[in-house]
Amino acid sequence: MIEIRWHSRAGQGAVTGAKGLGDVVSTTGKQVQAFALYGSAKRGAAMRAYNRIDDEPIINHEKFMLPDYVLVIDPALAFTDNITENDKGTTQYIITTHLSKDELIAQIPELQDKKERVHVVDCIQISLDEIGRAIPNAPMLGALVKVSGMFELDYFLDSMKRVLAKFPQKIIDGNMRAITRAYNEVQ
Amino acid sequence: MAEKMELKSTEVWDGNYAAAQALRQAQVDVVAAYPITPSTPIVETYGSFVANGYIDGEFVMVESEHAAMSGCVGAAAAGGRVATATSSQGFMLMIEVLYQASGMRLPIVLNVVNRAIASPLNVRGDHGDMYAGRDSGWVQLDAFNAQEAYDLNLCAFKIGEDINVRLPVMVHQDGFVTSHTAQNVHPLSDDEAYAFIGDYKPVDEMLDFSKPVTYGAQTEEDWHYEHKAKQHRALMDSYVVIDRVFEAFEKKTGRKYKRLETYMMEDAEVAILALGTTVETSILAAKQLREEEGIKAGVVAPRVIRPFPLNELRAALAGIKCVAALDRSCPMGAMGALYNETCGALATIPAEQRPLVTNFIYGLGGRDFAVDEAKRIFREQKGHADVGHITTHVQQFSGLRGPKLGFYESKRS
Repeated sequence: MIEIRWHSRAGQGAVTGAKGLGDVVSTTGKQVQAFALYGSAKRGAAMRAYNRIDDEPIINHEKFMLPDYVLVIDPALAFTDNITENDKGTTQYIITTHLSKDELIAQIPELQDKKERVHVVDCIQISLDEIGRAIPNAPMLGALVKVSGMFELDYFLDSMKRVLAKFPQKIIDGNMRAITRAYNEVQ
Repeated sequence: MAEKMELKSTEVWDGNYAAAQALRQAQVDVVAAYPITPSTPIVETYGSFVANGYIDGEFVMVESEHAAMSGCVGAAAAGGRVATATSSQGFMLMIEVLYQASGMRLPIVLNVVNRAIASPLNVRGDHGDMYAGRDSGWVQLDAFNAQEAYDLNLCAFKIGEDINVRLPVMVHQDGFVTSHTAQNVHPLSDDEAYAFIGDYKPVDEMLDFSKPVTYGAQTEEDWHYEHKAKQHRALMDSYVVIDRVFEAFEKKTGRKYKRLETYMMEDAEVAILALGTTVETSILAAKQLREEEGIKAGVVAPRVIRPFPLNELRAALAGIKCVAALDRSCPMGAMGALYNETCGALATIPAEQRPLVTNFIYGLGGRDFAVDEAKRIFREQKGHADVGHITTHVQQFSGLRGPKLGFYESKRS
């Protein structure tokens, strides 16, 4: 079982990202679960989304999770949200920031004993450059693909094209560039 | 002619989308709806299917849930296949009309995405609304995940529309935990799904002007009682059709449903009795406890809440040592409904076969129900079983912050 927790603000696409990831993972024959905790939260409110991935049907419906990956797609939440909650000692962190990894860790005490498990990538800038809007979910998926080694990049890109098929070609192309850039730029 | 939709053999759908797809495949004639969280995406998605030509039917926007169910009653009496969805406060506003629908024997399908009832206001899931429907005369089917929300919707039309049932059917799923959680779902093709449900054959439809009929007439004391008794009997006897539909569904898909689901009960000493997603979380806990601690734990779950599977329940529980009945609805001044119905069933078997029965209130307003908590409850039941009596309060609150809350001690002499 692989468990993933997303830290996001409502409107940044964590739910869509989690569902998109689930969609792609399901094409490899695995069982997936994607859900979010947001209730009646308004756009901009801090929220969390979750993925579970397993070979067996997933019958665990609890919200509690010891995540293997923590994906932070809003830069400020690394500071204000408890992103290391339920750390399992091997949890990998991928954090959206314009700071370097050392600068970021220097400012967040909870990350200082987890340095080798922290990865940084500027999903906000990448999505602004490539998609034209600050929707950091797609680049975060590119970074996750790199850090986790879950997929070959090409396989993931092809699958995401299918997930995004309802959008105009321009949006699809932008997302493909954003995923590829984050894959290459995550540190 | 409605357009067909190409579906993959494995889709990643949440419970709401799965339900909306099943409604589309059923080619419902009329959906009258008033949206409410967390069921909104069912009718929202359905509306987009209608607008994009995937359904030959009407989507009627109304001004309240009372009007939504009233519209459904009218359309069903007129002779159409009818469905809608609601939750919580919307369900409560519908209640008056729910009794009208069942009393008029109209096979409407209502998706209830279970949510807490105010006050205080809360959009998240518990079973308060589901419990409030249990005397309304509807067949109530309970889904534990998104796949089942899809499957049971297909079954619901076939059950309710059967000439030997002719009753409305609710399909329940847990708000957010099922409705907004995407999982692998294996849908049927449009043609297969429609062939399974079949064409709707109206009975005494008002639009048949050659044979005028009256719906919702007044009866007073001369006939009211007989009508209600007949309706009760129709609901009691509907299990025959439910079993037949579940059997046909298994033949078609390989997915087996029973009115009472049992898991690992063959050699179980202790059990959890629950509804909704809690059933699956409890199965996981039972599996882990069997491996890790050798506790023979099992899970029992009514798939069909009405008609209540009393025979099956007492057969499943006879001879086990202790069962915890979990109610995700606050009974306010009494024991939980599932507890009471279980004890009622068990009172009809010999005393030496009766398990100890405890009651947990849990998960109100979406409070998480964790695997560890299910394991704790199983262990506690094992403790009762080992000493032969209930060592805690009979009714406890699981997952509640603050001081422990419990009511009633067991009386041993």
